[in-house]
Amino acid sequence: MISKQFISRLGRQSQRMSARWQSTSPFAAYEMAPLDPIIGLNEEFQRDDFPQKVIVGVGAYRDDAGKPYVLPCVREAEQRLVEQKLDMEYSGIAGDQKFVDLSLKFGYGEDSSALKEGRIQGVQALSGTGGLRVFGELIRRHGQKHIYVPNPTWGNHIPIFQNSGLEVRKYRYYDASNSSLDFDGMIKDIQDIPAGSCVLLHACAHNPTGMDPTLEQWKQLSELFKKKQLFPFFDAAYQGFASGDAILDAASLRMFVDDGHLLGTIQSFSKNFGLYGHRVGTLSVVGSNADEAARVVSQMKMVIRPMYSNPPRHGARIVSTILDDPKLKSDFYEQCKGMANRINTMRTKLRDELEAVGSTRNWDHIVKQIGMFAYSGLNKEQVMEMRAKHHLYCTADGRISMAGVTTNNVSYIANAMHDVSK
Amino acid sequence: MTIVPHYETLVISLLFCVTQAATFSAATASVWSKVETGPPDAILGIAQAFRECQDGRKVNVCVGAYRDTQGKPWVLPTVRAAERKLLENDDPKDYLPIEGDAGFIAEAVKFAYGQNVDLSTVAAVQTLSGTGACRIGGEFLAQFRENKNIYIPTPTWGNHWKIFKECGLETHPYRYYDRSTNRLDLNGFIEDLEAAPEGSIILLHACAHNPTGCDPTLDQWKRIADALERKGHVAFFDSAYQGFASGDAERDASAFRYIADRKTIPVLLAQSFAKNFGLYGERCGTLSMICSDEEERQRLLSQLRCVIRPMYSSPPRHGSSIVKTVLSDSQLAPQYYEECATMANRIQAMRELLVKTLAEVGSTHDWSHVSEQIGMFAFTGMSEEMCDQLTKDYAIYLTRDGRISIAGLNDSNIRYVAEAIHAVTDGKSITGN
Repeated sequence: MISKQFISRLGRQSQRMSARWQSTSPFAAYEMAPLDPIIGLNEEFQRDDFPQKVIVGVGAYRDDAGKPYVLPCVREAEQRLVEQKLDMEYSGIAGDQKFVDLSLKFGYGEDSSALKEGRIQGVQALSGTGGLRVFGELIRRHGQKHIYVPNPTWGNHIPIFQNSGLEVRKYRYYDASNSSLDFDGMIKDIQDIPAGSCVLLHACAHNPTGMDPTLEQWKQLSELFKKKQLFPFFDAAYQGFASGDAILDAASLRMFVDDGHLLGTIQSFSKNFGLYGHRVGTLSVVGSNADEAARVVSQMKMVIRPMYSNPPRHGARIVSTILDDPKLKSDFYEQCKGMANRINTMRTKLRDELEAVGSTRNWDHIVKQIGMFAYSGLNKEQVMEMRAKHHLYCTADGRISMAGVTTNNVSYIANAMHDVSK
Repeated sequence: MTIVPHYETLVISLLFCVTQAATFSAATASVWSKVETGPPDAILGIAQAFRECQDGRKVNVCVGAYRDTQGKPWVLPTVRAAERKLLENDDPKDYLPIEGDAGFIAEAVKFAYGQNVDLSTVAAVQTLSGTGACRIGGEFLAQFRENKNIYIPTPTWGNHWKIFKECGLETHPYRYYDRSTNRLDLNGFIEDLEAAPEGSIILLHACAHNPTGCDPTLDQWKRIADALERKGHVAFFDSAYQGFASGDAERDASAFRYIADRKTIPVLLAQSFAKNFGLYGERCGTLSMICSDEEERQRLLSQLRCVIRPMYSSPPRHGSSIVKTVLSDSQLAPQYYEECATMANRIQAMRELLVKTLAEVGSTHDWSHVSEQIGMFAFTGMSEEMCDQLTKDYAIYLTRDGRISIAGLNDSNIRYVAEAIHAVTDGKSITGN
């Protein structure tokens, strides 16, 4: 056992903890890694002390005063949880089963026959990123070498899948010259994907472009995927947040399930429930039968255990509390719709302001696009000029988080955008 | 930045027949059809078996989670108070930075390294408890170390092996516990350190070794440190029980601080708040490493972010907000240290009572190793067959390495457990089979 003398000696020595290493540091040769293109923006923004600075970078919702917004139904759920005095025991590798069940109903529909048959099963995941990583590792372990993603896609998709050991390939998606979906290009590229390949689709509110296929186009995609024996994987990060209607936003996913596809889905509850920092999500698969889905879940657990053992409880409990209570659930749909409505209002305002300040460019795409982002069409040089000259921060690809646009800053933003693009 | 290859034309596979069927056809090979059921996790699988067991006598001494005298989970009053505070203060729910909550990290580092630590010499990130910290640390080392060998004590927490293998490190065992004496095998330990290639990574349990509860003495730590220094090894500490082992958080950190203070051995620390704060399911921990100065700290952080971002983007904020609230509050902090000591003291009392009761029920084995062991577990020395018998015949659920979670014992079940242990060990050996 450690003696008292040792401890008092340690007390005297603790002063010296601050002294430098005497020998060469083992880390001397490590270089500074580049900042994450999306999250790193915050750091730059923090360092800027220009009083009118604006950031429209990370996809986190702000109210019209520019403040973070915690949904009232979330606060109420938290209040109830505190009163229930629940324990904080480990929830199991797959997480909270009640949460998973409720989230699957939320995503796939209460009446989903595949769900009732037990063919859809899943695990609680660390929001979107965590679920994507587990899925990437899972399919790589079971023979997949590639994953196909739209061009462009959310920046972090690429390192997630590369770190899973997959080669990332892209299919055409966006026509930058028209600021619209390049559906023909998309179809052509998907036709050439080898059978059995995994293809990532954004369920709604494509990030970063905000351009989604129409329902007719989704139908064509479903038939093409069937014909080509492709394995769809849906990234659903904005259900309820895109159109304001959670059922409508799930239409593409539910169509594919109804059409008989066997697929995977990652649902994030960061945006729609405003639970960003709690890392809440569900990773699921639709299998050919319940036994198969259960087997896949058991393999997901094999990936999770050496990564983080089991997921955090708090955020999942909040979502469960809300989805399990008819009143809270109905409040949630309203409040989520409220966020979507404010964003749509800002889209119109921004387009109108750009016209008002004299821009002759066509900014209609800002209003057409769906979800949290406007893919402005500004190029990298213009974005950098906006940062330097106007202290307006968005990502280098010209993606603007509409959630950061407010009545107070929309003119300022329009002016800046016009200034660099006229 | 790595270049992502653009889409290229490929030869289409001829393996599948093209069908136009709109409905699901059983003949179509599912992408998952060859997937087998994964084996249940050794520890968590047993916990599940306990939950499903219908036997009224059942006792859970399997998972390392604290239980009170009624056998119930115990949420620390300071943790409850912190939760209420967070709610009252409208704690926001925004993303934490990739590296986590700076205020929490500062408190966590001070907790482990000492209140006077120079924070610019510790590069630390918030992690998903101990597992997450080991994984982030292991991935980082695999990326940057030429020598990717990691040496892991025998025995150790089962998940260590899986974590470090997943990181791409070359895993090897080192001798630690001598089952023939139920004590530390120091000579074997030192020999294996000497035999390892220079600059290898050595996993060390900071205190309350899991599963054996057998920690080196100060003098033994000195000899271990000498060997680490001679071979230029990296000391990777796993600290899951600080405060929980002896009841004194400063004392439990002394071995780790002694090694760190030598300043000649590179140190990493995986820190968990699962047990000492009872925050198990909220996944709260840190991974840190000692560095030269602020400039180096920034470089290391930048690299650690690159490991975290494609894994889960940023850590969960509830557990870290609680720890930060408690440790930075002048009233809650001292109260916390007392609550942690309460848990450790109850476990110590149960430990002593177990050994006493074993003698009372007639066991003639030398159980002194159990008396001397530290922390949540008793490493009894029972064989796998004995453990299986305990479960099958007595509905006592423990891990098959003979490890009992003392936290699961209380006045109601301790005699029953002692009698059962006596029954399965009487006349048989509990030293190395």
